[in-house]
Amino acid sequence: MATSIERAVGAADPMVPAPYVVERFIRETQDTFSLELEPFDPSAELRFLPGQFNMLYVFGVGEVPISISGDAAEPKKLVHTTREVGVVTRAMRGLKPGHTIGVRGPFGTSWPMEAAKGHDVVLVAGGIGLAPLRPALYWILRNRDDYGKVVLLYGTRSPEDILYSKELAKWRSQFDLEVYITVDRATSEWRGNVGVVTKLVGRAPFDPADTVAMVCGPEIMMRFAVEELARRGVPTSDIYVSMERNMKCGIGLCGHCQLRGEFVCKDGPVYRFDAIEPLFMEREL
Amino acid sequence: MTDLYPIIRSQEFFKEFSEEDVHEVVGCATNIVLHQGQYVFREGEPANHFYLIRHGRVSLELFAPGRGPVIVETVEEGEPLGWSWLIPPYKWHFAARCDTLLRAIALDGECLRRKCEENPKLGYHLMRKMAEMMESRVQASILRMLDLYGNKH
Amino acid sequence: MAKTLKIGDRVVVDRERLNDLLSSIRAMGYEIHGPTVGDGAIILGRIDSDADLPIGWRDRQDAGTYRLERREDEAVFGYAVGPHSWKRLLFPPHRTLWQAEREGARFHLLPMREDTPRCALFGVRPCEMAAIRVQDRVLMGGPYRDPDYARRREACLIVVVDCHEPGGACFCASLGTGPTEAGEGWDLALTEVLQGHHRFVVRIGSVRGLEAVREVPWRDATPADLDAAAKQTERAVRRMGRKMDPVGAKEVLYDSASDPHWEEIAQRCLVCGNCTMVCPTCFCVNVRDATSLDGSRAERERVWDSCFSLEYSYIHGGSVRFSPYARYRHWMTHKLASWQDQFGSLGCVGCGRCIVWCPVGIDITEEMETFRANVGRKKEAAR
Repeated sequence: MATSIERAVGAADPMVPAPYVVERFIRETQDTFSLELEPFDPSAELRFLPGQFNMLYVFGVGEVPISISGDAAEPKKLVHTTREVGVVTRAMRGLKPGHTIGVRGPFGTSWPMEAAKGHDVVLVAGGIGLAPLRPALYWILRNRDDYGKVVLLYGTRSPEDILYSKELAKWRSQFDLEVYITVDRATSEWRGNVGVVTKLVGRAPFDPADTVAMVCGPEIMMRFAVEELARRGVPTSDIYVSMERNMKCGIGLCGHCQLRGEFVCKDGPVYRFDAIEPLFMEREL
Repeated sequence: MTDLYPIIRSQEFFKEFSEEDVHEVVGCATNIVLHQGQYVFREGEPANHFYLIRHGRVSLELFAPGRGPVIVETVEEGEPLGWSWLIPPYKWHFAARCDTLLRAIALDGECLRRKCEENPKLGYHLMRKMAEMMESRVQASILRMLDLYGNKH
Repeated sequence: MAKTLKIGDRVVVDRERLNDLLSSIRAMGYEIHGPTVGDGAIILGRIDSDADLPIGWRDRQDAGTYRLERREDEAVFGYAVGPHSWKRLLFPPHRTLWQAEREGARFHLLPMREDTPRCALFGVRPCEMAAIRVQDRVLMGGPYRDPDYARRREACLIVVVDCHEPGGACFCASLGTGPTEAGEGWDLALTEVLQGHHRFVVRIGSVRGLEAVREVPWRDATPADLDAAAKQTERAVRRMGRKMDPVGAKEVLYDSASDPHWEEIAQRCLVCGNCTMVCPTCFCVNVRDATSLDGSRAERERVWDSCFSLEYSYIHGGSVRFSPYARYRHWMTHKLASWQDQFGSLGCVGCGRCIVWCPVGIDITEEMETFRANVGRKKEAAR
């Protein structure tokens, strides 16, 4: 008394991952690394928008949500940058070229690349928060004429923790892009800023009345960054943040990522700040 | 000294001050230029001045034996530098080294304190601006103390 | 039986013919699941004949209390609801999502055989039918569907039985989800009539329902039958133990986010998660990974989860909802407020299970009234 089906591998079930091959393992900083992935199926490509994430599965260990940090114009080369923080990401660090990894996605909302057209763009990144913003930077640099002044404000722990440092230096010299970096602590060899990233908001050249801001980092950092942007005169309706919550499915069915009525995995992770402002200050929501 | 008035008037720090108050402040001011690598002040020295940076960047350093100078914060163009001139025993706790060529307004601490005593309204305005600077410095310190970007374990 | 039956018809099947109805359903290829007495409660199990049904039993229910008692009559459905709900069958507590096999550095997914049981859910209460409709919206109504749930839903036949013996914790009447079935999605809806000859008024809701009844001895329902059924429903409404006013619940709870009363509830709440396990609409799941001992095979399993666990809201470094008050607040606010934002309805159907099976008897209807009163006072004071 049962209907039985033979389910083809990966057929139309959003919980079933697609196999990808690790093409490159890139050590970024002491505790971060990037994985470059290619699909098993050469005809497959994962089209994504800046700010979206994938669920990455390591055989037998588990699955975690990781934002996509590569170039959306090159969907065949899927790049994720992550920090070693848990069991799965530590297992990922052990992956080598040729290893298989499971990918589900892309999921979630994206940075407002369309809405930002014709305006100044301020990207505020804290720590690993630069990774989900990098696709937005690639996008802007490929379509540089679409945007006004573009400023990246990036705060991290120490000079050794600066992500994508070579790339940032290259962009700074080759493109019309202002890059401000600040670190929490440094020795005297460091020639740059020391202080919190929020302080850079006051210094950066952009027109607050004509700016779209994209903010990504730890929640407390985002809170203070938004306050600084607002103080400078950027309306909260022009500020976007990327939220982090526990995610087990990525498709709004497991319940874990709820922030009151929001399923952060599908209604977010990128939110226009005024849409979630009341939820931002409420404790343990 | 009247030639410093427009410079001080244009500083963000004194934006909300009345004309008379700015004139009072001008009486305590001198213009300074320091080269890259020079120290504005060093820890332990008498804190005789309050600075407004017009151009360049200064690193606030603390020297830790065995670790060398640790940079606590960098202060840039448009920002005020130093509050030890305000609080006894008027000694610098940190050193301030020029990362670049530095142009700044130096305001004599004793002169400022005297003017504030004589003119409480000026004193209140100045104190409020100092409190703003301290608040943002404390807030920044707290955020950095949380070590937000580090591993929690 | 000269008349041909059609959808929407009301007929009468005598109590003595109940087994015929079960046989007819089984003959259609369904395995019948329904209420049965087990573990000192009325739980869900396989029904082979009417003897498996809880004939002559009733349940006494109140906050933190449940016990079975003999009835003075031979009512087949003379109880309210038990700890089990039908999501056990439609959305099982464990489900293997997929399996994979490793070959060196690589792995590939294994094709999987998936069996979707053809189940007849026999004895679904109107509130439970409402819960199934709620889960339909959650698991099939969005851009992503749960394919397993969809298959199980498609393959099941639903026989609703109206309530004539509501429990002390029931409040379906105030939410409009019972005690009689007024919604959609069922195949047959029965009203057990105890007055006079023991019989069932049967409403036909679908082609499948029609097929099930066709082979059973039935007669047309007379006005007297319908009147007796209606009277019984009215009586059930009057005897319902609790009520909840859903009007403005969302605004009240959103306005109550910082009410200290959450802390007061947390003093009692054991964060055991019982309420989420017995709730017929709770849908949260976790995933588990397992490997064979030699590491060559791995599988991923989906399991029911509870928002009361610390792990539920864990992000690296700690849980978002660390405090017990925050976890109760999340659950209750979800059921009565944010569910409306997400799915356009309440996440509560008034079955009362969370009240009954709470080890300390926390009562969602009472807490709702407290928050409503507190918000009212706050507004009064602000005037």
